Amino acid sequence: MICLGIEGTAHTIGVGIVKEVHGRCRVLSNLMKTYVPEKGGIHPREAANHHAAHIADLIQDSLAHAHLDFLSVDLVAFSQGPGLGPCLRTAATAARALAFSLEKPLMGVNHCVAHLEIGRGTIQNCSDPVLLYVSGANTQVIGFAEGKYRVFGETLDIGIGNCLDKFGRTLGMEFPCGPKIEQFAKEGRTYLQLPYSIKGMDIAFSGLLTAAQEYVRQGKRVEDICYSMQETTFAALTEVTERAMAHTEKNEVLLSGGVAANARLREMVKTMATDRGATFFVPAKDLCVDNGAMIAWLGCLMYQSGLRMTVEESIIDQRFRTDMVEVSWRD
Amino acid sequence: MTEKILYRGAEAVICLTRYRGKQVVQKRRVKKSYRIKEIDSQLIASRTKEEAKLIALARTCGVSVPLIYDVDLAGGIITMEYLRGKRIKDILNTLDETERNHVCFKIGESIARLHNHDIIHGDITTSNMILLNDRIHFIDFGLGSKNSEVEAKGVDLHVLMEAFDSTHSQYPHCFKQVFAGYEKEFNGDASMVKRKIDDIVRRGRYR
Repeated sequence: MICLGIEGTAHTIGVGIVKEVHGRCRVLSNLMKTYVPEKGGIHPREAANHHAAHIADLIQDSLAHAHLDFLSVDLVAFSQGPGLGPCLRTAATAARALAFSLEKPLMGVNHCVAHLEIGRGTIQNCSDPVLLYVSGANTQVIGFAEGKYRVFGETLDIGIGNCLDKFGRTLGMEFPCGPKIEQFAKEGRTYLQLPYSIKGMDIAFSGLLTAAQEYVRQGKRVEDICYSMQETTFAALTEVTERAMAHTEKNEVLLSGGVAANARLREMVKTMATDRGATFFVPAKDLCVDNGAMIAWLGCLMYQSGLRMTVEESIIDQRFRTDMVEVSWRD
Repeated sequence: MTEKILYRGAEAVICLTRYRGKQVVQKRRVKKSYRIKEIDSQLIASRTKEEAKLIALARTCGVSVPLIYDVDLAGGIITMEYLRGKRIKDILNTLDETERNHVCFKIGESIARLHNHDIIHGDITTSNMILLNDRIHFIDFGLGSKNSEVEAKGVDLHVLMEAFDSTHSQYPHCFKQVFAGYEKEFNGDASMVKRKIDDIVRRGRYR
């Protein structure tokens, strides 16, 4: 089965095409365009306009890149949520229009679950991981338990990427700030104490953000603040992930989302995994960030497990929770 | 000296060892090599201190807890009494109905006493309760905190509710009995806590 997936939950509009081969995912193409705000954070309507302007070309280019024509597509999948309303509606509208005109089935999928499934589908030996999903808006620790993907821990306020971006903006950095903060952090020498906020299995970043901004005002070395911020937030993320692994007795960990590009975070999660005799996985970079291929792959899994979706059911859900998904494709 | 590891968790190792001629339990928080020393040692010290404080405070509220013999902040070690009892998790399903209801009622009373003093245990499961000399002892305050909010109390009880669902699902009335004991002993408005629990269930959060 060949599935075309459209991702559009936030900054990125992406179109990916995947083929299912003996239960594994083969990515045939995975193209994306990212909206970068001129200043400040993401503006939902402007992002949606950006997506609308690029989606048609992306679909054409993605097919060309995969050496396919429209008729070879068996299924159209799209990101149904969670995300920003205008962005989700743009991607969903494109998916419905495409499915209708091709007379092919339509499947809306959960964006967070897609991040996990693309790891299982494309990485050898990655079968039942705990996922640490770190992006701009989302920060969740997810694992499969009793028939569903459960959220074992998550942010109580802002996502880790958002925290880094907000901090970067106080220093006048452009989006995305994470990579710039990572560069500064390499030159950090002194650890400046920051709030380490874990509540049960959940995590909070807003207090830490305020404290880091205060250090900027006090004129502390930017390198030291960036270093301290990374060390504190990443240690808390790693700790929550380890707790979830101990709790669920799983011995695989998957790191994904935009912030998974950070080498220091990878190192920490990998060290934690090694220390407990577990295996560490990260998907290929273009499958880590928001992308259409993961949407296509989850759509594929859902469709093949017998699920079907009517147009009425394809309404977007900005607050689509990970644990609302009926996981019919796993035992 | 013979030592025996009773449990190895994500954060700490629980050891059976000897201290001044007594058989004792030690909770030793383990160093994490993924985080820098500055963060690691600060966390280990503050969590050890916080946990020891909560255990001591729980005792003054009339809740049975292990006696603390020694606290080593730098080493992250709490040395405490070894309770030679049985975990509630292991015995609850073997009790007859009257006894089971009685135990659950008493669990509820103890939780209410903690909550009356704003102590949130943070991980109330039947594995963290030990029956000894007809008293239910609460152990592992590692995720505990002080919090006066109804939300925190609701979440605290909800953890136990889920533990009953997964470990003692054949006895669906357990939690009702717990709450009856809680209502009897709680100084505040227990119906508000009940409403909060229903809220949390509706939110569909899983831990």
